[in-house]
Amino acid sequence: MSAVIAPGQKIGGIAVAGGRAARSRRTGGGRRRLTTWLLSALSVVLFALFVFPVYWMVNTSLQPNNEIRGSELHFWPDNFTLRNYDTVLFDPGRTPFFPALGNSLVVTLLTVVIALAFAFLAAVAVTRFRFASRRTFIITILVVQMIPGEAMIVSVFRVIDGWHLLNTIVGLTIVYVATVLPFTIWTLRGFVNGVPVELEEAAMIDGCSRSSAFWRVTFPLLAPGLIATGVFGFLQAWNEFVMALVLNARPESMTLPVWLRTFLVANGTTNWAGVMAGSTLMAIPVIIFFLIVQGRMTSGLVSGAVKG
Amino acid sequence: MTTVDRGLDAAPPAARGDHPAARPPTGPARRQRRRRGGFTPYALLTPAIIVLGVIVGWPLVQLIVTSFQEFGRAQVFGAPPEWVWFENYADVLTDPVFWAVLVRTILFAGVCVITTMVLGTLIAVMMTRLNKGFRLLLTIGMLLAWAMPPLTSTVVWGWMFDTDYGVINNVLVNAFGLDEYFQHSWLIEPLSFFLVAGVIIVWGAIPFVAFTLYAGLTQVPDEVLEAAQLDGAGGFKRFRLIVFPYLKPIFLITAILQIIWDLKVFTQIFALQDIGGIRALTNTLGVYIYQTSIAGGDFGHGGAIAVITAVLLMSISIYYVRQVTKEEEL
Repeated sequence: MSAVIAPGQKIGGIAVAGGRAARSRRTGGGRRRLTTWLLSALSVVLFALFVFPVYWMVNTSLQPNNEIRGSELHFWPDNFTLRNYDTVLFDPGRTPFFPALGNSLVVTLLTVVIALAFAFLAAVAVTRFRFASRRTFIITILVVQMIPGEAMIVSVFRVIDGWHLLNTIVGLTIVYVATVLPFTIWTLRGFVNGVPVELEEAAMIDGCSRSSAFWRVTFPLLAPGLIATGVFGFLQAWNEFVMALVLNARPESMTLPVWLRTFLVANGTTNWAGVMAGSTLMAIPVIIFFLIVQGRMTSGLVSGAVKG
Repeated sequence: MTTVDRGLDAAPPAARGDHPAARPPTGPARRQRRRRGGFTPYALLTPAIIVLGVIVGWPLVQLIVTSFQEFGRAQVFGAPPEWVWFENYADVLTDPVFWAVLVRTILFAGVCVITTMVLGTLIAVMMTRLNKGFRLLLTIGMLLAWAMPPLTSTVVWGWMFDTDYGVINNVLVNAFGLDEYFQHSWLIEPLSFFLVAGVIIVWGAIPFVAFTLYAGLTQVPDEVLEAAQLDGAGGFKRFRLIVFPYLKPIFLITAILQIIWDLKVFTQIFALQDIGGIRALTNTLGVYIYQTSIAGGDFGHGGAIAVITAVLLMSISIYYVRQVTKEEEL
């Protein structure tokens, strides 16, 4: 091989060095292959550990309740049934599922849209402009995230109550927007920062106005950032539990986590198959959503949240 | 975005260096130029500031005020609150129950954070050495765990640890012959309650740590590692001398976030208590605030506990804020 590229001395040198490294690697090849094999085996074990609870949830939800309470474990739903889902979804004796699903969807989507819009404006302000108290604002954003929600819950309750917005979509949405906003601003700030101002300036030289340069050049480049941030907001709002528990306690205004909890408190140990069906219904949409956007999200996480 | 980078970074390799020490002195190429906007930036910030002011700022003021008052059920229904100044704080700080909760919270969070960080780092390092297929497998597994809502995962683990029909007792008895686990209650004993809670939290937190650190690891330049290998540095030495310094900022920020999240843990503990723990023996700070204020109706004392917790978390987060602001060259 080195004979072929011989004329290019430099290239040959690199090839030789590479060959030496490869050879030294080969001498320890047996051990290396063993390590690779062990690591692969370990990754399969870890995969099983991470996935098992999810699998067990779905598996249990597809079995008759009397079956799962036997002494024998069923690692596969032999007696496949959808009755648990039927019970959870349509049994009039329970807190109804569909209103809770509707509430969760509406509150979460509203939260994501409003928070993204507000956070986007704020992110542009702190990345593209110089102004007094810019630093203060950013530090406040960071510190606010540290305040535990449970600490604020009583006062938040009183504010929302004062506006007569308890047990309403609007009240919960306002609270969620505030909860999600600091993180959203922080992450988007990183993304806006990642788009060089020079791009906008180039567009302005080519005849764009300042705002149209921003909308035509910078904004499209922010799409992955907006998606990643939106997903995080979605997850936070969809999974939120404490605020919803206190602010929207009435059955007709419940969100899915609170709905699932009523199920748990009421049925506790009696109907685990039903509880698992409920859990599956709450988790599956999130999981699917998560898997679809994951590629963009992990890259967004690195460039936005962690690196800035 | 990659095209943008290629096109515009005048001195890409150095400027993209991720280790603070490797970064050149801040020059115009790296720092974003910002213009004076007069009124514009304030207008852009207004919606965010209004929402945060009303839902975070004002309640925060109210919380602090309440913590200086005798504020019970009667006051909720309109009776004027009585100012007791530091009495609530004195009560809380002399209450052995509060100290038990505080120590329990810190110990529990400490164990969770250390376990999460160690396992997360190991998995991240492992991912760099896996073949593509196995790495994808592990990624999918961790994504599933990460995507599970905390309440759902608590419920599912609670079912797996169920006394009578849980898969874990069943396997321990039937596969391993450990008969003492027949109808063993995992949640009645506080220590084993926290073992279960810890498993749930660590299981859910590892993916975030592993993905973040893995992303950081992939940014360590291969050339440096190869050079070190040619110079005879072994695997561990390479990790300690090259990889870790690169990783350190990301590692610290991740660790601080874990500390904060684990100190304010609520959902997992609260739901696990629903399933079958003894509340009084398993409260952590977040749950204790809820129990005192919402369930107990004593907003004065609850407010004092909340303020103490917030101060504790903020003092920990000072380090985080400093690190982040330094990293970001605000």
